[in-house]
Amino acid sequence: MSALGKLFRSTAFRLLLAYLFVFTVFAFFALGYVAWNARRVLDDQIVNIIEAEINGLSEQYRTGGLRRLVGTIEQRAAEPGASLYLVTTPAGERIVGNVAAIPAEVLQRPGQRETNYARAGDAEMPHRAIVRVFVLPGGFRLLVGRDVEERARLREVIRRAFGWSLLLVGVLGLLGGWFVTKRVLKRVDDMGETSRTIMAGDLSGRLRVGGAGDEFDRLAQNLNAMLERISELMAGMKEVSDNIAHDLKTPLTRLRNKADAALRSAKGMEELRAALEATIEESDNLIRVFNALLMIARLEAGNARETTGEFDAAEVARGVAELYEALAEEAGVALRAQIDQPLPVHGNRELLGQAVANLIDNALKYGAPAHPGMTATVEVTARRADGHVVIAVADRGPGIPESERGRVTERFVRLESARSRPGFGLGLSLVSAVARLHGGVLKLEDNAPGLRAVLQLPLAPAAQGQAAEHVAKRAAPPFVPVEARRAV
Amino acid sequence: MRILIIEDDPEAAAYLAKALREAGHVADHAGDGIDGYALAREGAYDVLIVDRMLPKLDGLSLIRSLREQGVDTPVLILSALGQVDDRVKGLRAGSDDYLTKPYAFSELLARIEVLARRRAVSSAGEPTVYRVGDLELDRLSHRVSRGGTEIVLQPREFRLLEYLMKNAGQVVTRTMLLEHVWDYHFDPQTNVIDVHVSRLRSKIDKGFDRPLIHTVRGAGYMVRDSATVRA
Repeated sequence: MSALGKLFRSTAFRLLLAYLFVFTVFAFFALGYVAWNARRVLDDQIVNIIEAEINGLSEQYRTGGLRRLVGTIEQRAAEPGASLYLVTTPAGERIVGNVAAIPAEVLQRPGQRETNYARAGDAEMPHRAIVRVFVLPGGFRLLVGRDVEERARLREVIRRAFGWSLLLVGVLGLLGGWFVTKRVLKRVDDMGETSRTIMAGDLSGRLRVGGAGDEFDRLAQNLNAMLERISELMAGMKEVSDNIAHDLKTPLTRLRNKADAALRSAKGMEELRAALEATIEESDNLIRVFNALLMIARLEAGNARETTGEFDAAEVARGVAELYEALAEEAGVALRAQIDQPLPVHGNRELLGQAVANLIDNALKYGAPAHPGMTATVEVTARRADGHVVIAVADRGPGIPESERGRVTERFVRLESARSRPGFGLGLSLVSAVARLHGGVLKLEDNAPGLRAVLQLPLAPAAQGQAAEHVAKRAAPPFVPVEARRAV
Repeated sequence: MRILIIEDDPEAAAYLAKALREAGHVADHAGDGIDGYALAREGAYDVLIVDRMLPKLDGLSLIRSLREQGVDTPVLILSALGQVDDRVKGLRAGSDDYLTKPYAFSELLARIEVLARRRAVSSAGEPTVYRVGDLELDRLSHRVSRGGTEIVLQPREFRLLEYLMKNAGQVVTRTMLLEHVWDYHFDPQTNVIDVHVSRLRSKIDKGFDRPLIHTVRGAGYMVRDSATVRA
């Protein structure tokens, strides 16, 4: 695109053209008004002069009759100037005056009007004048008037001023507009340039803020804030992928070392076999981590919604608690479940099962009491509260410090105290993702002592209606049944 | 038994075929959906192992077409996808089981053996009483006894034993137990199943000379009378 083409296509230039048009129209009307007023003032002036002449002449007539009037007119008509005089017979024949020709009907009717005329010694009739006609005793006519050439000249002057000023407005407007547009275009081009460098991968680039506090500065500031946020997110992403790389590298290294050690120093089939089995076990763990990661990613993308339906969360919580009960007993932990009423939830039963399993698994792993005297207990409760289903898993262990609670639901985040135990730090991330997918939330609370993980999910819409109407109004169901969704 | 592998990755197919032959089965291989469909319709196979993503005709469509043609050979789907809804889609298309890649061969073998046998049994009708050695389980009265002595089991323990005895003589993996006894398809992360089995074992085998519940290393569990030879 050529520079000029770019200029013409810019918004600023188009705006300028529109303004120019509006200003021209205004100027046109303003000047027109001035011209009209000037003419009126001029006409008044002429009429006044005529009035004065007439007063003078009538004085002459009163003192000296027609003869003296004629004499005075003869004298005045001889003087050069814009004044016109004429005295005629009742038949319209000229007796005295400096008017050579005038339309006959003007003389027939007394009074004031504007008319064409010809001056004595100037045969043509293109002149215009304002005249007043009187009928004198005996039918004689007296005409007193004044040429209005001055007015025409004034009009000419105004017309010329009009043209020049329009030209000036146009030229100055275009020039000014060009400068303004060029300046605006430059700033926009600057921004475009900066964004291109940023797009090319240099995320540290920022838009220039001029300091004038104008709209461009504000825009630049907002865009810079956005870039800042993107950088933060990118850094976060990088941290996650770094964590993933690091946390997967560790078991991979272990895997490799095991195979290597077996290859170098295993004696006999039995040892090789054991090493291979250990290797397979280690790979299975890795596959598990990948599956969990993929699952979290898919949940966060909201992809698991197709196989949703209504199910009883109480049944799931009870079932999972029962599944872990034997394991807990083996570990010397009293796993108690307090789940009575049915809790209809809309969502995916498997996912909720997995989430509850993760919470119980965590409680069993990390929920051993700090004091040896205390009995290890894990309590699983599921109840209905305020339009929600609240599933809580509480242990009596060391808990999670308040400052760390927000962090532990992130991928691969493990507390220092948990580093020595098996696990990858994905359990709570998955629970949190499941909660969000169901339109709910995972809250980590202090069980004083211990951790209370609370999974809060919305009650299924149908059951919500039965429970309390005001609750149903509050939260829109996050899951729309498949059929209903198609119908929309 | 005769097994057809429909899988486009030649290496994976070769590995699977070799492992199946080593386990004493006959394994054929089809490289794409169309070939697989033709072979599955003509050949008398006991089990089909179908990859979900196949050239020419995808796994789900292949299974749907076979079922429409009245071919009721049990199908196990192999998939790299392995998400909850993928499994459900696979079952809806008419497959009988679903396994995610990468899989343990022992898991796959246990599943196809159960599938093939299920078909043979279902035509004969499921017995109301399972017997393994001197252990008896009555499915109607929910009673279990060994050597004439009644054994009291919790409902879940009963279902666990029922599933093990239903597949007596065959390996049942932990995942299969979680799926069939608890109806969960997720990864429990810990050896929850082992604890349940060991509890059951203490009720069934304790005090008897011949254990009936056996651990199969690297695979799962099997109920069988150690005196009888596995077929």
